[in-house]
Amino acid sequence: MTKVGVIGAGMTLFRRRLEETGKELCFEATKMALDSAGLTRGDVDMVVCGTAPDAFDGVAMKGEYLLDGSGGYRKPYTRVFTGGGTGVFSTIAGWWHVASGLADVVLVVNEEKMSSCQPHPQSVFAHIWDPILDRPLKPNLVWIFAMEMNRYMTVYGVKKEDIARVAVKNKRNAVGHPCAQLADPNITVDDVLNSEVMAWPVQRLDISPPSDGASAVVLASEDFIRKRRIKDRAWISGVGWCIDSTMWTDRDLVFPEYVARAAKHAYKMAKIDEPRRQIDFAEPYDPFD
Amino acid sequence: MRVGIIGVGMTAFRPSTPEYNWKELMFEAASRAYADAEINPREDVDSFLTCAEDYYEGFGIFDEFVPDQLGAALRPTCTVSGDGLQGLANAYMQIQTGLVDVAVVEAHSKASDIVTLDGVIEHALDPIWNKPLGAHPFVVAGLEADAYLRATHTSPKALASVVAKNHGNALRNPLAAYGAAVDVEDALRSPERFAPLRALDISNPADGCVVLVLASERAAKKLHSNPVWIRGVGWASDSPSLETRDWSDAAYTRLAAEMAYRLAKLRRPATEIDVAEVDDRFSYKELQHLESLGLAKKGEAGKRVVRGDYGPEGRLPVNVSGGSLGCGNVFEATGLHRAAEVALQLRGDAGVRQLDGVRVGVAQSWRFIPSATGAVAILEVPG
Repeated sequence: MTKVGVIGAGMTLFRRRLEETGKELCFEATKMALDSAGLTRGDVDMVVCGTAPDAFDGVAMKGEYLLDGSGGYRKPYTRVFTGGGTGVFSTIAGWWHVASGLADVVLVVNEEKMSSCQPHPQSVFAHIWDPILDRPLKPNLVWIFAMEMNRYMTVYGVKKEDIARVAVKNKRNAVGHPCAQLADPNITVDDVLNSEVMAWPVQRLDISPPSDGASAVVLASEDFIRKRRIKDRAWISGVGWCIDSTMWTDRDLVFPEYVARAAKHAYKMAKIDEPRRQIDFAEPYDPFD
Repeated sequence: MRVGIIGVGMTAFRPSTPEYNWKELMFEAASRAYADAEINPREDVDSFLTCAEDYYEGFGIFDEFVPDQLGAALRPTCTVSGDGLQGLANAYMQIQTGLVDVAVVEAHSKASDIVTLDGVIEHALDPIWNKPLGAHPFVVAGLEADAYLRATHTSPKALASVVAKNHGNALRNPLAAYGAAVDVEDALRSPERFAPLRALDISNPADGCVVLVLASERAAKKLHSNPVWIRGVGWASDSPSLETRDWSDAAYTRLAAEMAYRLAKLRRPATEIDVAEVDDRFSYKELQHLESLGLAKKGEAGKRVVRGDYGPEGRLPVNVSGGSLGCGNVFEATGLHRAAEVALQLRGDAGVRQLDGVRVGVAQSWRFIPSATGAVAILEVPG
């Protein structure tokens, strides 16, 4: 198994980006990532694109549409898609392109443009349900998170105030981040608890906002990194991915077993047996706090 | 490390399947593939891949609707938004890393569920430059067919020969939806559609599902299977923009083939390949793809199909399955169906359409309108 390192990264401003197409957002992130790695498109062997529902951008076969902005012209190019988990998953796909020995340098580009979805991207989430069993109930995305959050609070005896602290921490952390959309240095737990109730116990400030943006990373094989004497690199030591049943009524709403299994796989590969002691920092997905 | 195909499962291809929903279609093909490979998906499979596009499926996040019917719930599963051969290539890479021993690749079409199929395809055109023109998306194929015929001096009779051959081949394939005794004159007289393409030059949609089980050499040995080896894979994309792509040469196939031949160490593909299954969703595409694969010189594929070189008894049998013209357009499952057909031929399991002495085969795919993306896989059995 070829060792794989991350040697470049780029990220655009996350906002309602009305002046740029999705292709242009991809180009911006791609250029930043290649510049930070000191490479050009000519050094790239293959490209992996990660982007979620096509209906956000309003283009079918969105991967094909984003291809030239992502640097995929006349190269092996693949789009992968695992719903909300696509952002991390695309890097895993990039990893196997290099670890398999088929590519030396792979560009991984992620894009999402929710602002083109009118009147609100929530309307796309009306189409993520089973057409026979769920859709006639007209559910929306907030409902399912409300049920999960309620169940989590009930089973573990977690207070709403405690969960609100996550929103406060993350919005404060975003202060000074050049890409952040909703940084707020003065936000308090009370602000979250007093924000509009969407579907109890989920309130407006518990939810991440729709956004437009792109990010990219450059992955390279150990050989390439050594030959080019690249000093700035982070090794990918473990990967894991997993999916639960389609039927959310059959899932454990309290404990995300799919995350536990993906993590177990990645830890085993990275030879981590005490994650709580051995891991220095974490960036978990937090669409809802 | 060698990677092989150890299980093939397919449903029949039909213009519509009102008796099945998409999950049942996937379940049938998967069950057949697991039975063929003699494996238990809950114990023996390390990774599942589906090839699907949201708009074709009518879902916001189709990936969520994949696991249960494949036996993949709470297992590593992902979607490659691409043709089935791109899914095969990703499974091949996963196994090459050493992390995965057995992988399952699935692709399907439930086109009969799509109320506005033309609208969905049109929705893939560039929203600023092309879609506002309001043309039917197949105009792109008409223009490309025209460019190809002019650049290669290919006659309309060559397109009609492809149509007659593939519909005829499909009569000997029990899975095919559109087998028919069509002769060259019928094809030349069929109604004009997107000039120079006529009605019979265009494949019709079909429902169907294909599942392949892939395994590393080590796992194949442990499972006592007789694999069809994947000697090489390649995939590539030309420009997504209609204005800047190559209109006569399928550059995506040329590049994908170069990669696959390099991995397969195939120096003279035209003499080493015994059987080919190439994308023919428009009749000219078969000829264009054969040339881009290096299996015919530029401008020669048309002459050779008229001569009968590509028939089941010809020098290079092409689309013995009936192709998409004969089996139906199964969208993202198209490439995977072709790999499955080549695997069956190489295993000697192709029934009445079985060819003699085939050892090396090529499967090629294209992602349909308006893409310029394709993939190639070289399969082989020991001589």
